[in-house]
Amino acid sequence: MRRFSWFNATSLTLGFTFLYLPMLILIVYSFNGGRNVAIWAGFSTKWYGELFRDKAFLDAAWVTLRVGLMSSTLATILGTMAAYVIVRGGRFKGRTVMSGMLYAPIVMPEVITGLSLLLLFIAIGLDRGLVTIVLAHTTFTMCFVSVVVSSRLVTFDQSLEEAALDLGCTPWDAFKSVTLPIIAPAVISGWLLAFTLSLDDLVLASFVSGPSSTTLPIKIFSAVRLGVSPKINALSTIMIAIVAFGVITASLINKRSVTKRLRDEQEAAAS
Amino acid sequence: MNYRRLFLIGIPYVWLLALFLVPFIIVLKISLSDIALSIPPYTPTLDLAEGWAGIKDFFSKLDFDNFLFLKSDPLYWKAYVSSLQIAILSTTMTLLVGYPIAYGMARAPEEWRATLMMLVILPFWTSFLIRVYSWMGILGKEGFFNSALIWLGFIDEPLTILNTNTAVYIGIVYTYLPFMILPIYAALEKLDISLLEAAEDLGCTRTSAFWLVTLPLSRPGIVAGCFLVFIPVIGEFVIPSLLGGSNTLMIGKVLFEEFSSNRDWPVASAVAVLLLLIVVVPIVLFQRSQERQAEAQK
Repeated sequence: MRRFSWFNATSLTLGFTFLYLPMLILIVYSFNGGRNVAIWAGFSTKWYGELFRDKAFLDAAWVTLRVGLMSSTLATILGTMAAYVIVRGGRFKGRTVMSGMLYAPIVMPEVITGLSLLLLFIAIGLDRGLVTIVLAHTTFTMCFVSVVVSSRLVTFDQSLEEAALDLGCTPWDAFKSVTLPIIAPAVISGWLLAFTLSLDDLVLASFVSGPSSTTLPIKIFSAVRLGVSPKINALSTIMIAIVAFGVITASLINKRSVTKRLRDEQEAAAS
Repeated sequence: MNYRRLFLIGIPYVWLLALFLVPFIIVLKISLSDIALSIPPYTPTLDLAEGWAGIKDFFSKLDFDNFLFLKSDPLYWKAYVSSLQIAILSTTMTLLVGYPIAYGMARAPEEWRATLMMLVILPFWTSFLIRVYSWMGILGKEGFFNSALIWLGFIDEPLTILNTNTAVYIGIVYTYLPFMILPIYAALEKLDISLLEAAEDLGCTRTSAFWLVTLPLSRPGIVAGCFLVFIPVIGEFVIPSLLGGSNTLMIGKVLFEEFSSNRDWPVASAVAVLLLLIVVVPIVLFQRSQERQAEAQK
């Protein structure tokens, strides 16, 4: 199959137009000079200016960023530990319960997770705010981290760890100098996934946030409920640009490391 | 058993226990409680300090009133049925839109595939909320779609699409499309082209080779994709609240409103418990099919 067939070219063109046109329209209209979103009134960046002068949005962005950094870091540590325990920990009491608890939040409707966490925080008398959002996001995203990390742990050769132990490493040393470097790409992508999920989350945050800790998605949601606003278009454009930059960079790095690994393996096989 | 191992197992374990299992038990408990005008607005709390008497007292106060209330009010019943209906229909629509795209990707020239893959994943990393929002500007009365149709002369009056179920369907298909494309693409990419050539050599037409060979062999991808769309759509909250109208009933939206506007937490909890009961069936079926898949590959 060297060329696109007529049918495939059509379905790909239509499919990707459907996936990208809405975002493209959103981006184009963020540079619209008029207030009306459907009528083009000349190029302007005034909505960006208004966005950056709006203190409520900047505050929300700052809260979101802090929550994202804290929860994704915590989630990466906990998720990696959980993945290691499940894949390498052997049999222990409650292993099934643990893997169930790691899997459930991924498939459970977010409204349920959100409601249950809120009721817990109220039951133990924890005030809603930054801390509760971080706790909620950590719990939700650590499950995703553990899925990503355990899929890497399953595929790599355990005899490498055993060799390190035989050669006199302590288990911690073996983990640090053998296991961690091998699973590092998975840990990093786990962190990125956790960070993105945290930045994006509306449902959990609406349940567990307090009045002083509005996150960006909550702010966006309450703004767009009233209708389309060019300021939100500007904000969306910035967010899309950041994600696009991140994904494209990551896939380029990934492509390079795959080529490098293939070359290394070929060299190793040749020598 | 050393301390290190205990520590390694214990920390994530206790975390999940405290922040996943315990909250869940609280929801179950509150769903069986009476509403009261205090804050937090529900009555019985488990008083462990009182020992057995407290536990007995706790159980004696539980009742199924909230669930009976759900049964008596047609709103909830309708919301469940319409959530299921919307989920089934939109999953089918996503499959019909996603399959040709996945097929086109799998049959694309090798050097194109990585780029196409990235193009499918990119929207997946983009904010869900923003992707739903982007349709508000398109489907509205003065939106892009209506303006384009009027400009082309197809219609004179703008169509009402935003705040109807049609907009909900469009939003679901749009946002969940990557979940459908990726597993189908994975199944189609593994498919051995020589099987198709053999079928054609044996007298199949292109079309019948597709129905007899390609489609059955991509079944695992179709099944996985459908579950990955169906399960989260049942509890969907953002799409019906932004794109749907006041008559769009979905259980996730009802739960959120019960909780935030009516502040009736026992009923919200009962809705949550029932929602979970509905979602559990497809989740278990999905788990089973994934396990069978994994075993077949061994």
